Amino acid sequence: MNAWVGTILRVDLAAKTVVKEPLNIKDAHDYVGARGLGTKYFCDEVDPKVEPLSAGNKLIYMTGPLTGTAATSGGRFEVVAKSPLTGTIGAANSGGYFGPELKYAGYDGIIFENASESPVYLYIKDDVVELRDASALWGKSVFETTDLLKEECGSSFKISCIGVPAENGCLFSGVLNDKHRAAGRGGLGAVMGSKKLKAVAVRGTGAVTVARPEKFLDALTNARKTLKAHPVGGSGLAALGTQVLVNIINESGALPTRNWRDGAYFPEANETGGESLAEKYLVKNKGCFACSIDCARVTRVPDGPFKSSGEGPEYEAGWAYGADCGVSDLAAICKANFLCNEHGIDPITMGATIACAMELYEMGAIPESDIGFPLRFGDPHAIVKLTEAVGRFEGFGKILALGSYRLAEKYGHPELSMSVKKQEMPAYDGRAIQGMALEYATSNRGACHVRGYLTSPEILGVPIKVDPFVTEGKAGLLKLFQDLTALIDSTGICLFTTFGLGLQEIAAQYREAVGTDETDDEILLKGERVWNLEKHFNIAAGVEKDTLPPRLLREKLPGGPAAGKVAELYVMLDEYYKVRGWDSDGVPTPEKNVELGIDA
Amino acid sequence: MSKQFIIKPEKCVSCRTCELMCSFEHTKKFIPSLSSVTVFDYEAAMTSAPIMCMQCEEACCLKVCPVEAISRDGQGAVVINKDKCIVCKMCVSACPLGNISFSPATKKVFKCDLCGGSPKCAEFCPSGAIQFVDPTESPDRKKAVAEHFKDVFGQEELS
Repeated sequence: MNAWVGTILRVDLAAKTVVKEPLNIKDAHDYVGARGLGTKYFCDEVDPKVEPLSAGNKLIYMTGPLTGTAATSGGRFEVVAKSPLTGTIGAANSGGYFGPELKYAGYDGIIFENASESPVYLYIKDDVVELRDASALWGKSVFETTDLLKEECGSSFKISCIGVPAENGCLFSGVLNDKHRAAGRGGLGAVMGSKKLKAVAVRGTGAVTVARPEKFLDALTNARKTLKAHPVGGSGLAALGTQVLVNIINESGALPTRNWRDGAYFPEANETGGESLAEKYLVKNKGCFACSIDCARVTRVPDGPFKSSGEGPEYEAGWAYGADCGVSDLAAICKANFLCNEHGIDPITMGATIACAMELYEMGAIPESDIGFPLRFGDPHAIVKLTEAVGRFEGFGKILALGSYRLAEKYGHPELSMSVKKQEMPAYDGRAIQGMALEYATSNRGACHVRGYLTSPEILGVPIKVDPFVTEGKAGLLKLFQDLTALIDSTGICLFTTFGLGLQEIAAQYREAVGTDETDDEILLKGERVWNLEKHFNIAAGVEKDTLPPRLLREKLPGGPAAGKVAELYVMLDEYYKVRGWDSDGVPTPEKNVELGIDA
Repeated sequence: MSKQFIIKPEKCVSCRTCELMCSFEHTKKFIPSLSSVTVFDYEAAMTSAPIMCMQCEEACCLKVCPVEAISRDGQGAVVINKDKCIVCKMCVSACPLGNISFSPATKKVFKCDLCGGSPKCAEFCPSGAIQFVDPTESPDRKKAVAEHFKDVFGQEELS
């Protein structure tokens, strides 16, 4: 049972029962942990056709074998459910301190079944696990809930919870922990809300052991040194955070501007970037549990109309409120982002949905009376006001709370939702970075940047530099990145460790922790198994085909280094299905299923 | 000359690597509840600080121990002899800094022993918030103040 603590909590929210059951160690071996293992449990137990906000959906918290160890950035856990935003498998990963604390309490994961009639929260203090009344917490924000639960349970408890939008079915509400860390994308907060589960409060005093302590120490020491020596993972992210990308991506002509309508170059980008953030509002940087990258920003806007403080923004959130809404006021961007954490919503979809509403308003498709004020690109007050409206779930916020696809569809222009499988694309234009176009189209949870981040090789040159305009070879590269990402997400360490580490260092830590002698390639194959399992679920769920918004496929970029380009998706997609061992419709072949040991 | 800890809360990133490596060094497990160093996070003040035994020269724990189980080793660490210790916990009460703890799980008292002269918390701290330095070396905070004076009053030609 090395690297695992051996017990899963099964909580029936309708019957109000908590059962402790042994971890399925075979599945843990085959699917690694966290994202992979959570998805495996989910797929075995839930009908893919389940209505996401019905009691039949389940909500799973799952840690990985490296969660709670000193492995590089080894503090992550995964929340898994069927996504109400996309209808795909929903798996969202979070850092902070909650995941390790759950393991120290003695539990590798929690499976929530059915729905409660009245608000509850799960209290865990080592062996003591009970469902408690949360009526007094219902209607409270993430921050209020966290503070109240720490008062009630004790300051050393770690809190994971939802805000008001999630209680009301906001399709991009997240599950937040430690106030500022989010299992953010895909609307898993709404699943938790539909179960009337407000929070999980955990305190653990136990241990996580590893199979080969001396060798594990060597592996983590080596990995930590390698990571620290890397210019991005070692010092770049600590100095400027992920917002360092704003100028880099803008100069590459890949920063989508005003709902992707005005190309991918935002003249005022520098005012919204990591350098400006460091100069104006950064108080200090911060790390999640066991992390040496320390990319988190502790930030404060000291005065003015957007006076506020909190953590972030991350690059993709900063882009959604910045270039995508045409807003160059960094103080407003910071405040809007803080509000997302406070209320528990995904800032990427929030900002992108406002951007979509701005375009619809400017073209006359949304009447001003629906919104309450003229909603034009570039208005810093609008991004804060509308985020607050979603946060409080009132007025036009109730419509925005369903995301850009439902918004654009309601007002007659679904093609203006910049989304794939109804989840908004983040801050990289697939016309200027061709691999990202393929990534968005094929991601198993709708458009996403952390499902095979080809920006890393195409723009940053990590680990090798490839041409962002070329389509050839991107399919194979994407498969590798997707499989490696699935593996990393499943181990319980942070994906950002790849800004310095490769499969070798990551596999070494996994091997010594769980006590296996599998080769690097055999370990990587588990990542491919996870990816294929997710794909099988989506096929059975009847998810729409892999494509992109017409704007990316047809509207040429008007200027910048990628002028004249469109996303050449279909050239890459055919090749992608081939390298995946799938048929021409994107369905895994029987041979592939046999190779991966998946029953389909 | 024994080295000493210097704590720099302004550099602490709250990652708790110190807690992990301390517990691993002493138990071969990752168990922060048995770590002799603890990170305290102050969210509203936007700061955090790792706290551990500073090995007092006039150590109350050593003085109060009724069975002489606590002594100073060659590295300058105040250490507990587990064979002599009767776990009366007087040292826990006597320490004015709260840096000796009792574990209900192991039924032992424990404190920082400087890992035999090479503390793992300092070795693995990724941000330099915990340093283990020779006190006779020029303290860098003092030096930073001096450099500020140099910048303000100095006559150095700026290129």
